[in-house]
Amino acid sequence: MTSVVKIRVVLPAHLRTLAGISPQASDEVELDVEGQATQRSVLDALEARYPMLRGTLRDHVTRERRPFIRFFACEQDLSHESPDAALPHAVANGAEPFLIVGAIAGG
Amino acid sequence: MSGVRVLVGTRKGAFVLTSDGKRDRWGVEGPLFAGWEIYHLKGSPADPNRLYASQSSGWFGQLIQRSNNGGETWAPVGNQFVYDGVPGTHQWYDGTPHPWEFKRVWHLEPSLTDPETVYAGVEDAAMFRSTDGGLTWGELSGLRGHGSGPHWQPGAGGMCLHTIILDPSNPERIFIAISAAGAFRTDDGGVTWRPINQGLRSPHIPDPTAEVGHCVHHIAMHHSRPGVLFMQKHWDVMRSDNAGDSWHEVSGNLPTDFGFTIDVHAHEPETIYVVPIKSDGEHFPLDGQLRVYRSRTGGNEWEPLTKGLPQSDCYVNVLRDAMAVDSLDSCGIYFGTTGGQVYGSADAGDSWAPIVRDLPAVLSVEVQTLP
Repeated sequence: MTSVVKIRVVLPAHLRTLAGISPQASDEVELDVEGQATQRSVLDALEARYPMLRGTLRDHVTRERRPFIRFFACEQDLSHESPDAALPHAVANGAEPFLIVGAIAGG
Repeated sequence: MSGVRVLVGTRKGAFVLTSDGKRDRWGVEGPLFAGWEIYHLKGSPADPNRLYASQSSGWFGQLIQRSNNGGETWAPVGNQFVYDGVPGTHQWYDGTPHPWEFKRVWHLEPSLTDPETVYAGVEDAAMFRSTDGGLTWGELSGLRGHGSGPHWQPGAGGMCLHTIILDPSNPERIFIAISAAGAFRTDDGGVTWRPINQGLRSPHIPDPTAEVGHCVHHIAMHHSRPGVLFMQKHWDVMRSDNAGDSWHEVSGNLPTDFGFTIDVHAHEPETIYVVPIKSDGEHFPLDGQLRVYRSRTGGNEWEPLTKGLPQSDCYVNVLRDAMAVDSLDSCGIYFGTTGGQVYGSADAGDSWAPIVRDLPAVLSVEVQTLP
């Protein structure tokens, strides 16, 4: 039987709006992720919950992270880690959130 | 009483301006999709409640929004634009081969007869079509697959397919324009395409009369005369009387024939409008005077329209998709500026007034004439 872990995710404001998340709701969304918590499994769960986010974080076809999207957790930049690498234990056990951040750029 | 709905795309969201047929008092709704670039939004001629919008961002990519109730509510539909097969290469700015990469949708053109069918012109230049209300998109790859594709090159704004004109008399015929490849036409519903650039002259390319490589900024057509096309090229205002088979210049007495936008009066097919811009190096009006020029003779003889427009210290631009007309008895004309103004005229351009003054930079303006 596959285990399910609860992962806390913080989204950029524009994507919260796009996903229809109320401004009054928690700053975090909580996702049920089956199996090991990795960037790929978390993003798959996020896109399953909010299909309108497909294509906004990673390319539809290659599944690569969009250039201006960064992934942080536990004060580390995970953007260039393998999408199939295990996320830090503190993210996997719900102690820390997985942060999806739009790069600081533009006007 | 009839009315108009003006759909405005800007650098930071969309705005909807509404008025009754008098067009002297306006309601302003927005920003919709606040903070996102809205390159274009347009209503279906077959169902004015069906609207499509192109929403994009350098961070989060492309979205297509759809409304089924005249803009009261919107929902994202499909945003997967995948080129057919191996994308291949076009020319980069320095002439070297560069792979085709999807960046954004510049223009959405709903079918004249079916609200579920809509065309998308994209950067890097290609044409897509949806027949399910924007849920799924397929490339009309005969255009990009035209043998000249490897020689297309981007203009300063990118290599974009920005103009789509559907022929009301022939559902198999579509005109499109690409910066900087030129104009193309299909006569078989988008399966095959051919360049229609004969007569264009562009001194900034190695062969000024080449089959492709021209920086066509915009094309306009009057629905009653689908074989007559008017073009604002990078430099030069051009006209074709044979559906693009050949073009001749009609810049005439314009003070400068550089510009981006061009449009046709709703009821007078020989009355056309341009907004002359100083030059390709200085994208603002001559002498700080914002002037629309009107020709009632299909070109060559032009008159400046200035009443109500700023005639000093005005240094905005008017982009290619930022002018539109309504079809009320007294034709209304609208255009938006990079300074965030949207000007309207309810008397075919004789006089103008700002509808709004302080929006983000305006990328596109479309008009729906409502019953």
